[in-house]
Amino acid sequence: MSALTRRTTPLTSTGIVLVLLAVSLVAGFVLTAVEGRNFLSSGNISALLTGISILGFIAIGQTLVILVGSLDLSVPYVVSLVSVLAAGTMAGQDGNVLPAVALALLVAAAVGLVNGAIVAYLGVHGFIATLGTGLVISGYLATNYQGSHGSAPRSFRLVGATQVGPVPLSTLILLGCAVLVVLMLRRTRVGHHLYAVGGNREVARLSGIRTSVPVLVAHTLSSVLAALAGLLLVARLSVGSPTIGSQGDYDLMSIAAVVLGGTLLAGGKGNVVGTLAGVAIFSVLDNVMGVMGVSAFLQDVVRGLVIVVAVAVYARREIDRRPARFERPTGLDAALQEAK
Amino acid sequence: MPLVTTTSPTESPGTPGTPGPPSDGTAPTGAVVLRARGLTKGFAGHTVLEDVDLELHAGQVLGLVGENGAGKSTLMKILAGVHSPDAGTVEVAGDPVSFTHPVQAQQAGLSTVFQEFNLLPERSVAENVYLGREPRRRGLVDVERMHRDTEELLEGLGVTGLRAGQRVRTLSVAEQQLVEIAKAVSYDARVIQMDEPTAALAEHEVELLYAVIARLTARGVAIVYVSHRLKEIFDLCDTITVLKDGRQVTTRPAGDLDDAELVRLMVGRSISSFFPDPLPGTEVGEPLLELRGAGNGYVDGVDLTLRAGEVVGIAGLQGSGRTELLEAVFGVRPLTRGTMRVGGRDVRPGSPRAAIRAGLAMVTEDRKATGLALNQTILDNALGVVRAVFPRRTGAARRDLPGLLSSLEVSARATDQEVQFLSGGNQQKVVLARWLATDPRVVLMDEPTRGIDVGAKHSIYELMRALAARGVAVLMVSSELPEVIGMSDRIVVMRDGRVAGELPAGATEEQVLQVATGVDA
Repeated sequence: MSALTRRTTPLTSTGIVLVLLAVSLVAGFVLTAVEGRNFLSSGNISALLTGISILGFIAIGQTLVILVGSLDLSVPYVVSLVSVLAAGTMAGQDGNVLPAVALALLVAAAVGLVNGAIVAYLGVHGFIATLGTGLVISGYLATNYQGSHGSAPRSFRLVGATQVGPVPLSTLILLGCAVLVVLMLRRTRVGHHLYAVGGNREVARLSGIRTSVPVLVAHTLSSVLAALAGLLLVARLSVGSPTIGSQGDYDLMSIAAVVLGGTLLAGGKGNVVGTLAGVAIFSVLDNVMGVMGVSAFLQDVVRGLVIVVAVAVYARREIDRRPARFERPTGLDAALQEAK
Repeated sequence: MPLVTTTSPTESPGTPGTPGPPSDGTAPTGAVVLRARGLTKGFAGHTVLEDVDLELHAGQVLGLVGENGAGKSTLMKILAGVHSPDAGTVEVAGDPVSFTHPVQAQQAGLSTVFQEFNLLPERSVAENVYLGREPRRRGLVDVERMHRDTEELLEGLGVTGLRAGQRVRTLSVAEQQLVEIAKAVSYDARVIQMDEPTAALAEHEVELLYAVIARLTARGVAIVYVSHRLKEIFDLCDTITVLKDGRQVTTRPAGDLDDAELVRLMVGRSISSFFPDPLPGTEVGEPLLELRGAGNGYVDGVDLTLRAGEVVGIAGLQGSGRTELLEAVFGVRPLTRGTMRVGGRDVRPGSPRAAIRAGLAMVTEDRKATGLALNQTILDNALGVVRAVFPRRTGAARRDLPGLLSSLEVSARATDQEVQFLSGGNQQKVVLARWLATDPRVVLMDEPTRGIDVGAKHSIYELMRALAARGVAVLMVSSELPEVIGMSDRIVVMRDGRVAGELPAGATEEQVLQVATGVDA
């Protein structure tokens, strides 16, 4: 039985991304100090956290969808749709805030449900399904809205402006959502089944799981979380805009954050903590490069390199091999094992 | 014959169903837990299982043996709820049951550990064991209880050193199998079917499995044990059922049988006429493929010489390293030790491309996954390798293709037909065309006739003889002993990743099995 016990435990993907976050924080501190500024000033911390929240909501939802083995490319259009619907409904009146928020969340949930149903029942991959629904929404927006639309009353704008110390309220709401989603993934059956369906649909089916349920839940939550991001944008900008979502590149940036966070693009493995760390790394990079006055082109180059290198590191670790009978695995794998 | 008995430290043998042949040959006395009557199943008008009866008593181990295609897996799949029988009844503990979904079979107390594990590698042991049935408290999954229950289950199986929270991907094959068994037990299984459970296990792990089986039977669980390894059958089973060509040949207490008798019951047929003899004028010439002390992570110390004009068969049990040897030669899992020569030149291919350039070709085991691009045409498939590796020969290969296809007797409307619409036999011929278009000197064939009809099999055998007559060397892996024996000029037998022995043409199935299993009968 002794053969069963000894075994090295290499750093998990989440471990790697947290280390990467710590490194980028330290580097950010040093580089900002070189520029003669304080990275940890409360103004800068609040700027960092503000940078996290919009993409954070979307990336949490994207994590769920990717975990279940799908993708959501419709998020930027949901963000835009929600922003014009909510701002239009509010029309500057305090009394309209609750109906506007309710409407926004309901419409988003409906979009997510449709996405999930297309994936679960029609067998269309999420990439195509959400590309389609995203195009439909974008067409609706382009024909019905030109330029900014509606306006948020002061009470709603406060959501975007309130801070607790250096921490924006929006960050707290984001963390609250993250905690709920983590709880769902770890402590509910649908959370466990989400991993199961994303890991191997057939194994899940043979274990008696109704495989459509986790898909519907993930897509619905993804759209609802994108709606929260849209509402937050309305609070910050005080108007709705039919192009605000696509300007943010939220579809690809959220996928990048999820993958940077160590979640397997194929599904079945990953977690929200890693995703948030991924989003935070992007925020730190943007912040530091902004302070240093790095050109926009170089900023994109750095982001791109970080994503590719991180995923290349994970990929080396994911290679599934039949256990060797006569020798240990060689080359880079052995080196990676040793290094840990 | 030295028998390995249970090595469980806490429990001494002596309960019904303890491994080891019952000395008096009587049937066990536990209550009947599973009774099947007249099970019959056909696929597309072809009967693969006919009128099979089974009866299992609590704590009994039933060995299910037979050659490939004898109907063992169909029988197991019926009992696992994967297939429904065309006729016949199944009773569990006296209650008639019928399954439309595998979960129903498990809930009825009939669990199956398949060779291909149904596990999620990225999830923990506990999450896999309770997948779909996670225990809940106040609506939330009770992770602590799930872990506790899993550890109790494992403890009950005598397994230490496996933690409920460990990720399945980090486990060895043997440990993953224990997880599958724990999952089966967690459904309160009365019967657990095990399909070739030792195929991928090392020797010391086999003893661990024996100990687990002993614990299960001591608790009154009945086991259906499917294996090609006769030694294990005799070590473990109380009763043995032999299947052949879908029918039940016999069911007897293990004590009434011996190795030789069992093999005769399994084989029992004449195989002489079906396999063509070498063509006149075939000459065994130069060595084309030589391996000396060759090895990698999967095979070790392989010495092998393959000459022009030879057809050499590789026999061995599943997991003995046959496919891995071909993959090593072909650069899929490159050799890391020893020397390899092709046509007298030292080469050690580091990739299939290098192997193809050296004059090798490999017909893989799974034509749908690795042999063909199913949604491409016959033409594209047949020219695929030439185009990729010898682009300058593509034109010539294209001109020769109609001749090649008709010599292979591919029946298809036209070469622009997609291969997914061809029969298995015709698909396999397209695979062969794909490789023959490269004009190889050595052809490696892994299960070249798997899943194809008798006529197509025969033409592939004739093709092998024709290749040999042209001076090509053929190295064939097959699980079907009659095929290995009928086609090979020499038989190389593998066991546990090494060459266990070599037998001349005309060896009997008994001889091959003896070398493959390491039993002296």
